[in-house]
Amino acid sequence: MALFGLFFGKKKTSAAAAKERLQILISHERQNRQGPDFLPDLQRDILDVVKKYVAIRDDHVSVRLDRAGDASVLELNVTLPEK
Amino acid sequence: MATVVTVTSGKGGVGKTTSSAAIAAGLAQAGHRTVVIDFDVGLRNLDLIMGVERRVVFDFVSVISGEATLNQALIQDKRLENLSILAASQTKDKDALTEAGVGQILDELAELGFEYIVCDSPAGIERGATMALHFADHAVIVTNPEVSSVRDSDRILGILQSKSKRAKEGGKVHEHLLITRYDPVRVENGEMLSKEDVCDILAVKLIGVIPESKAVLRASNTGVPVILDKDSDAGLAYSDSVARFLGEDRPMQFVIPRKQGLLSRILGGGD
Repeated sequence: MALFGLFFGKKKTSAAAAKERLQILISHERQNRQGPDFLPDLQRDILDVVKKYVAIRDDHVSVRLDRAGDASVLELNVTLPEK
Repeated sequence: MATVVTVTSGKGGVGKTTSSAAIAAGLAQAGHRTVVIDFDVGLRNLDLIMGVERRVVFDFVSVISGEATLNQALIQDKRLENLSILAASQTKDKDALTEAGVGQILDELAELGFEYIVCDSPAGIERGATMALHFADHAVIVTNPEVSSVRDSDRILGILQSKSKRAKEGGKVHEHLLITRYDPVRVENGEMLSKEDVCDILAVKLIGVIPESKAVLRASNTGVPVILDKDSDAGLAYSDSVARFLGEDRPMQFVIPRKQGLLSRILGGGD
């Protein structure tokens, strides 16, 4: 069977597909949960403040926390709609 | 000091209660005074798997609420003198499990001289599950080699690493991966995630691999922890897992396909 695969080019197994999908998904989910608990609340509060002045959608604000060495960088991105 | 061992998985139906019963019985067999607690308030089943369903009078919640003493609620196993069982309540609400209440009972069990407290966590990430996770010193993550089970196990690891008592106090819960319902033939054919795959993805040390086995249903049918079935593959695999938990070094069994004889191959035999 192994020899057969060697000659005719083995089709990717379903287990290999499962592993690949899981690795992508879990690394993404782990990144999300590494942030501190207050990030979603912070994002909501900022959104509320900006909404007072500009009409934006929920997905126009993104809050990210990156760690570099012993410092953390809070990155805040607000996309303002074009007039 | 008693050691709290929480058996958890996130996903339901992967073998938490079977594993809790087996691990608790295995620890008791090894000479350690052990109690196994069902945290699945409302849907108790550990009593059935342990074969003590007709001896439950008081339960975990009735002790927390003060209706009964711990000694009244503890059920002594008839096969193993070192083993006791604390059943979950069938009727009460799961909110009855308070952090203070559960903590106090665990302390009292330690005072009674139990060395190991095995907590059978319910599925999901609600109260019963988070309570069982909160107090864990060790966590046995029960995982099937299947995508949804692996994903849920990773979520549980996240909770252990951020919300458990040990994590909050700056420590770490000892994590052990137990893979259940493993089929080496399907793994070899590329139809099932291998134990190496699951270990890679979850990055937790493997404590055992339990093969898919007829012995598990047979054991639950009769209310005997499968580890006591010494002739079965699953029973032996659980014995090895408990020995590894206690620090012994044992090779993994039942992880490569059994060699089929020429005759059975021709006749297409085997189960």
